[in-house]
Amino acid sequence: MGEEEGLHQTQLLDTMFVRGLKRKCFDGEEDIEGTLAGIKAVPSYNLQRQSLLDMSLVKLQLCHMLVEPNLCRSVLIANTVRQIQEEMTQDGTWQMINAQNTGQASLDRLVSTDILCRSSGDQAEGKHVPAYGTFNKDFESDQAQDGSETMSTASSVQAPRNLQSNMWEEMENPQENKGNFQKSLDQIFETLENKSPNSVEDLFSEVDNSYYDLDTMLTGMMTNTKMGHCDSLETFSSPTNTASNSNCKSDLNDLDHIVEILVES
Amino acid sequence: MSRAGGGNDIQWCFSQVKGAVDDDVAEADIISTVEFNHSGELLATGDKGGRVVIFQQEQENKTQSHSRGEYNVYSTFQSHEPEFDYLKSLEIEEKINKIRWLPQKNAAQFLLSTNDKTIKLWKISERDKRPEGYNLKEEDGRYRDPTTVTTLRVPVFRPMDLMVEASPRRIFANAHTYHINSISINSDYETYLSADDLRINLWHLEITDRSFNIVDIKPANMEELTEVITAAEFHPNSCSTFVYSSSKGTIRLCDMRASALCDRHSKLFEEPEDPSNRSFFSEIISSISDVKFSHSGRYMMTRDYLSVKIWDLNMENRPVETYQVLGENHFECCWNGSDSIVMTGSYNNFFRMFDRNSKRDITLEASRENNKPRTVLKPRKVCASGKRKKDEISVDSLDFNKKILHTAWHPKENIIAVATTNNLYIFQDKMN
Repeated sequence: MGEEEGLHQTQLLDTMFVRGLKRKCFDGEEDIEGTLAGIKAVPSYNLQRQSLLDMSLVKLQLCHMLVEPNLCRSVLIANTVRQIQEEMTQDGTWQMINAQNTGQASLDRLVSTDILCRSSGDQAEGKHVPAYGTFNKDFESDQAQDGSETMSTASSVQAPRNLQSNMWEEMENPQENKGNFQKSLDQIFETLENKSPNSVEDLFSEVDNSYYDLDTMLTGMMTNTKMGHCDSLETFSSPTNTASNSNCKSDLNDLDHIVEILVES
Repeated sequence: MSRAGGGNDIQWCFSQVKGAVDDDVAEADIISTVEFNHSGELLATGDKGGRVVIFQQEQENKTQSHSRGEYNVYSTFQSHEPEFDYLKSLEIEEKINKIRWLPQKNAAQFLLSTNDKTIKLWKISERDKRPEGYNLKEEDGRYRDPTTVTTLRVPVFRPMDLMVEASPRRIFANAHTYHINSISINSDYETYLSADDLRINLWHLEITDRSFNIVDIKPANMEELTEVITAAEFHPNSCSTFVYSSSKGTIRLCDMRASALCDRHSKLFEEPEDPSNRSFFSEIISSISDVKFSHSGRYMMTRDYLSVKIWDLNMENRPVETYQVLGENHFECCWNGSDSIVMTGSYNNFFRMFDRNSKRDITLEASRENNKPRTVLKPRKVCASGKRKKDEISVDSLDFNKKILHTAWHPKENIIAVATTNNLYIFQDKMN
């Protein structure tokens, strides 16, 4: 493909990326000018990448929560996550992430991702709306509680003890951040693996949940994925920590919009 | 193509639209596949509710020489029903993913239809006479007392209103763990392939309890899975050759004579990525959604997120033609009968055609606003945001929910069928 054509492609994607925001804002609350003013130019590369990474992780987890995941979609999102991971490893972004104290900011990001989950969940799988509903409800109520309480009350039989303690360790030792991303990915995979006594293959093939009551399974998964999520978000705060929550939220909505268009089945 | 008169330019006119008028779309009515048969006389659609509707073209009216026959409903039947896999607690959707016609060998028509898991061979036959004149039964169907029957009467066939019957002749089930995305009939007309995300199986049309696995890309460790099969098709002339496309943007051509399991391709078609174009979305946008051989078999066309590419089977390292178009994971593409024009769907109920000879392209819209027959469609133009001229549509205002995923071109004439979410539009060229 010629250079000119390639440029056209990138411009097209950038246009979709930035302008997609307009459409989302139009549906509701805020004044377009106000919102656009809050986003001065195309968001920084790192922020874009960060947001896409977080969102892809969430989508991946959501994919795997489905009883019958869309294989193509899972693979495409997982590959994107891997690609970003490699890039971040190469340009040394990993080291930068260490020192940041995320605290409140990460919770805010949890909020915006929660909204993200709800919107993509409703769009994607009509059959599974009840599952997403439950997911969001617990998600929100869990945030209000102390982390430790959530861990113990929601710890269902499914969550292996060692996995939980691993997660705890990571939350308390933010210095141990190198390779955390890969660990988070592995934890997600492990979680699903341990849920079913069968092989890792269940990650991508039909989930064999014949051993579990559907509700229990969802609770178990929500706990683990939430913890996994919390963990991964805490270890990666964006280096360019944006001032307002709405920027975060709208950027994520942007990306959500793009990725949904691209992988939507 | 948008210019009047002259040369090979086609002027497309609205012909018909099928489907509900209101905007409230019942999910079962969403069209999921469109396919002309080999003569073009029949047009089949499949929907999310598992139904197949076949339209038949009227015989040409001698007095109306400036329009071809209209397509009217010929047969409707329920092809697939929703199923529940109790072992895995999974619901199997009844949505028809693909329909493929067999060439006609006798009075009846045959087609293959498939959902995610099961392929069915349907026979569609006409009945326009029925036997009458039995003297063994009363009018209401009760059998007469045999002792009252004193003559031998042979029933005769009398004409009746045409009745079109569809009956399932073969059911090919339980061969796919993953979701079937393609079926393709071999040029031998005896075998066909079915492809899911990770495997391709070869069937004989007569045999339902066995199939051969000819491609298997499932890794031993599923964690290593990075690529899935997105489409597969047999070569139109060479009965041992087929291709399959992947989510990584590659197309593999395989020869079944080389080995029983075609894990090693004979040819690999892949365009090297321009490193300056690399973006976050590179991985996702390289995924190929559809692959189709040209009628001649010399070329094949692939559809990915941002382009339609034409490949010469003799050249593996890059396509011979590339056309830019906006799309996503499940847009299909098709050739016209002479392989000179390719067509694909887009957003906002737009569809695009690329003339390979003149290098001109045109964007048209499927909408009820142009619903007078023989109204020439006005070409649409999509522009970058901020530079909108009169009558143009800016890329911001595209409705990404209005997609034309399925298009089909009559094998011989300039008649096209374009499916929006739940409506089927038929356009034809202006005959004068």
